[in-house]
Amino acid sequence: MNNPLIRLERVGVAFAGQAILDSIDLSVEPGQIVTLIGPNGAGKTTLVRAVLGLLKPDSGSVWRKPKLRIGYMPQKLQVDPTLPLSVLRFLRLVPGVDRAMALSALNEVGAEQVIDSPIQNISGGEMQRVLLARALLREPELLVLDEPVQGVDVAGQAELYSLITRLRDRHGCGVLMVSHDLHLVMSTTDQVVCLNRHVCCSGHPEQVSGDPAFVELFGNHAPSLAIYHHHHDHAHDLHGSVVTPAQDGHVHGDHCKHG
Amino acid sequence: MADFLLYALLAGLSLAVVAGPLGSFVVWRRMAYFGDTLSHAALLGVALGFALDVSPALAVTVGCLLLAILLVTLQQRQPLASDTLLGILAPSTLSLGLVALSFMHDVRIDLMAYLFGDLLAISPGDLAWILGGSAVVLLLVVALWRPLLAVTVHEELARVEGLPVAGLRLALMLLIAVVIAVAMKIVGVLLITSLLIIPAAAAQRHARSPEQMALGASLIGVVAVCSGLALSWFKDTPAGPSIVVCAAVLFLVSLALPRR
Repeated sequence: MNNPLIRLERVGVAFAGQAILDSIDLSVEPGQIVTLIGPNGAGKTTLVRAVLGLLKPDSGSVWRKPKLRIGYMPQKLQVDPTLPLSVLRFLRLVPGVDRAMALSALNEVGAEQVIDSPIQNISGGEMQRVLLARALLREPELLVLDEPVQGVDVAGQAELYSLITRLRDRHGCGVLMVSHDLHLVMSTTDQVVCLNRHVCCSGHPEQVSGDPAFVELFGNHAPSLAIYHHHHDHAHDLHGSVVTPAQDGHVHGDHCKHG
Repeated sequence: MADFLLYALLAGLSLAVVAGPLGSFVVWRRMAYFGDTLSHAALLGVALGFALDVSPALAVTVGCLLLAILLVTLQQRQPLASDTLLGILAPSTLSLGLVALSFMHDVRIDLMAYLFGDLLAISPGDLAWILGGSAVVLLLVVALWRPLLAVTVHEELARVEGLPVAGLRLALMLLIAVVIAVAMKIVGVLLITSLLIIPAAAAQRHARSPEQMALGASLIGVVAVCSGLALSWFKDTPAGPSIVVCAAVLFLVSLALPRR
């Protein structure tokens, strides 16, 4: 397990002097599902952009396996209504794809019925599946999914997550995904990284969800939302900044980089 | 057929063919105002061409490119919205061009020809430049079709998939700049964008694929050029504006036709 697809070391990003990400360590190995969770403004999308190479971090290093093939599923795709584009034509924007390949990719994600529909007319859930199909057509070694279940109802969300797990099993690719959906993510992921500008905690879902840091971030509902347990050793204010912990027996975790 | 009419027809048709696919990108990427600004700057290019004694076509292309780069730089450096910037740059460059031309006392140019085109006065030399420029742009658009389309659909997805997005955007601007330089002689700086946008907009409602829209736009442009020239020939109307009027009529017809 020492051949990661990507490895980030002490990555920091700041916009207009304000730190968005601080000293992030992260790696994804083949066949591993890593899920980034965290509140709004925690820097999840920024971290994904750094992994994809869309954004150059201000500090730290991003290493990618040479010639790494990434399948990327963006948060949303808004095609201009004046562009007459069928789903098939959209998938064929990946070089070398013909109708049979597009159809089999759509089959795999359960969206073969929309192949000839204008892409502006399909539903949110169908769009997520089409985007996933396009990512698969690249035969990716690493799938990067930014909020893959956005705009999908709860039943559809569970289905999409189990689909992502099946795709991982079949293609053996690593998966890095961003999610808000704590309870659904927990059962399908190998590693959870709880992000709030820094890595609050990370580990296997069972380790993390009882962690005080996790509870602190997601409120008292967290235990009912998730089965992710870890040891949180600091508190956050409403802006996500780390605040001085309570006096009673504060213990820093492995990933704590602050006093 | 009179030679000048043949030249005018060939020039107009070659522009119409290349304006179809390129105009489709202008519509999809919402670059209409951008094209308009570039064409206004073309007059400044003309003035520079006279001042530096280089070919106006070359000067216009270079001038449009410089403006595109200036625009991208300004967008990144300060908070004004793009349409505000374009609203500043378009009339400023047009006015600067007019002021610069007025300083050149030994240059006597027909300003109306540059503003509204002078299709019927095209020389064989002009025609060679128009045909050559159109052919090069058309070849490049066809060669870059898929990557340009991918960038239009989603820039970040295209970049992750390994496309040189910044280069493709610059290439599209360059192609538009060349078309503007080509079209200036035909419809003039004030009417150029209409030839890019109107046929593409007319084709849009009835196209099922990007390629259909591009080809349909070329076809509508060809019809507009032919009917505009006929109008000009028989009714003695100005050629450039006649072509634009015909394109506008075709657009209205496309709105009236039922969608397939």
